[in-house]
Amino acid sequence: MTLTKLLTATTALTLVAGAAAAEEMTIVSWGGAYTASQKGAYHDPYSANTGVTIINDDSSAEAVAKLRAMSEAGNVTWDVVDVVAADAIRLCDEGLALEIDADTMLADAPDGTKASEDFGDLLVSDCFIPQIVYSTTFGYRTDLVGDTAPTTVCAVFDTEAYPGKRSLEKRPINNMEWALLCDGVAKDAVYDVLATEEGQQQALDKLATIKDDVIWWSAGADTPQLLADGEVVMGSTYNGRLFAAIEEQKQPIGMLWDAQVFDLDGWIIPAGLSDERKERALDYIMFATDTQRLADQAQYISYGPARKSSAPLVGKHKTLGIDMAPHMPTDPNNAKNTFLYNYEFWADYRDDIDAKFQAWLAK
Amino acid sequence: MSDSTANGLVLAADGTPLKRSLSRAMRRQKMRAFMLVAPLLIFVLLTFIYPIGVMLSRSVQNDIVPETLPETVRVLGAWDASIGELPNEAVYAAFMRDMSVAIEAKRHTRLGSRLNYEKTGFSSMFRQSGRKMKKLDPITDAPFKDKLIKIHKGWGDVETWKTLQTYSGLYTSGYFLNAVDARMTPEGMAWQPEDKQILLKLFGRTLVMSLIITGSCILLGYPIAWLLANVSPRNANLLLILVLLPFWTSLLVRTSAWKVMLQQNGVINEVLVWIGLVPDGDRLILINNEFGTIVAMTHILLPFMILPMYSVMQTIPPVYLRAAKSMGATNWTAFWRVYFPQSIPGIGAGSILVFILSIGYYITPEIVGGTKGVFISNRIAYHISSSLNWGLAAALGTILLIVVLALYWAYDRIVGIDNVKLG
Repeated sequence: MTLTKLLTATTALTLVAGAAAAEEMTIVSWGGAYTASQKGAYHDPYSANTGVTIINDDSSAEAVAKLRAMSEAGNVTWDVVDVVAADAIRLCDEGLALEIDADTMLADAPDGTKASEDFGDLLVSDCFIPQIVYSTTFGYRTDLVGDTAPTTVCAVFDTEAYPGKRSLEKRPINNMEWALLCDGVAKDAVYDVLATEEGQQQALDKLATIKDDVIWWSAGADTPQLLADGEVVMGSTYNGRLFAAIEEQKQPIGMLWDAQVFDLDGWIIPAGLSDERKERALDYIMFATDTQRLADQAQYISYGPARKSSAPLVGKHKTLGIDMAPHMPTDPNNAKNTFLYNYEFWADYRDDIDAKFQAWLAK
Repeated sequence: MSDSTANGLVLAADGTPLKRSLSRAMRRQKMRAFMLVAPLLIFVLLTFIYPIGVMLSRSVQNDIVPETLPETVRVLGAWDASIGELPNEAVYAAFMRDMSVAIEAKRHTRLGSRLNYEKTGFSSMFRQSGRKMKKLDPITDAPFKDKLIKIHKGWGDVETWKTLQTYSGLYTSGYFLNAVDARMTPEGMAWQPEDKQILLKLFGRTLVMSLIITGSCILLGYPIAWLLANVSPRNANLLLILVLLPFWTSLLVRTSAWKVMLQQNGVINEVLVWIGLVPDGDRLILINNEFGTIVAMTHILLPFMILPMYSVMQTIPPVYLRAAKSMGATNWTAFWRVYFPQSIPGIGAGSILVFILSIGYYITPEIVGGTKGVFISNRIAYHISSSLNWGLAAALGTILLIVVLALYWAYDRIVGIDNVKLG
């Protein structure tokens, strides 16, 4: 008798545990302020509405490799993954991400505009659900640049007017484009030039003029720290990092929006989820990428919402109380001269140019 | 006591020859011993040797090409690339049939990224062609040669088909060639263009810098280990805690602390400028170069050197030194001729530990190495997590493993592996 009771009890417990486990989902993102903004704008309201517990995993930086390993092991433990657009393209190519039909799987805008139109060109891959527009741009130390603050991106290459170290990312992407722009190549022609051996050499030669003055970074937090320590006069990083350094930590740093390179960050759903998990992931995505939710995220961090219909809804910062619109990379005042990252080009040339870039760095 | 028979065989008590009886008993004992270690052995095989073997075997695997394009590979085998003419319609038709199956299964883009490692442009060519080829029927829409070339001009380029032919086998040496700055071309092996050669240089740098790091660990660690072994136990415990304290601190914290110390506005430079040793405008560059990597890694790996040295030195009786001195040796002779030879096993164990650990390090070089202080592991990490070129990463890893084994063998020949003690 006792044995039967015990068995019944344990079975019941297992069932309860199973049911509880079913109401959990793992969402992968970048961690830090970025995950916090998603928690405030998406996770908390979604949990409150549905009772689903959301587990945050800060693995986005290695998401592509980890997803591939999980998929090969046949055990994908992630439900929704936040990646940059280039990684989404790679995952889609590898068959590791679910293809999304924007019009049926994503919410319409409040005025009834279809999602595919609301996101427009930003749907750069069949698997990618855009979330924010961010930019890689330059910040400079206001007290170290003298009387004339830099106004163009070419100030980075002008060591006479702005002596001192600069920090650039330790990879060819963006640096090669800026080098060509400042070497007299027209904006429209940059990728055509960069597709040729001579063009790649030209870009490296231009970078060589400042090679001794560059500190190369590999983590987004490096440049704000280097600027704060006075190690560099100017440096490239993501605009949200600079916003945090300027507005939240009150560092003497100015924004140089010229030739900022727009890039996208968003969601993918891993391929090979069970139907039940897939349904829940899609349900979450439907909620988290609607017009109001995308606008809400901008209360926490200075990245522009990916939907056209969200832009007018962007309000004030949740804790600082300042207007967020002027800090968005997409704000008309900031976006006078912008540069759009060419995904197709870099998907092809990334490995080739990266090998050359690293060999050049090691010289 | 056993009896000897006429033919000289020694018999056991039960009449069987003693030799056989002994060996049977030994075998049983060996079996029992083996059964005891079997669980661990199986565990190690399953969770360590097997996965590593699988990973390393990727360095030669190329089955994605013949599996995705089985018919094309077969037909293309008969094509003579050296004439410089495009393959005939049969190849294009076979390719079309293979592709329509691959597109259905969404495998063509994977193949595109695989081949893009060999020839830039394949990734977008397969992705774009896939969208358009989906609309063609592999039977009724024949012939395909012109249609495919219209879809993407890459299919009209002889080089495209040469690359496909070169990489059509189940196995390839391409990754290993890439790992030593060479590549496989339709004409055979060739060196990479000079502006892409980097990996051999990084291998060399990794070895040289690991040796320097090992050397500085010996120099710094030896006196500390000696002190530990020769002060009173109370003080030795305190010293040991000081040695272990950084060991218990997170690696990232220690590395970042070196950044604060060494940067141009960092602690060391500020102090040097303040006492006037270095002019303000000409501060020392101590980080983001080889120096930074060596300093930070020596500090991080020092405990691995000190601990084996200490445990060996503890076993050296101090009476030997006293005896040497009583027989007229100077301090130096006593140390060099009597003490030092006995401490060599500790140095050997520490050196092997430190060298092998530093050869595979990548976080510290990544953070403080700048451009001149990065190791081959940084490239392996890049190919594992960013470029997803796991084949090349596996080839680099295999080479590194072979280098370590070769060095271990050389060490065994020169110093003798029996001469290594961990205590």
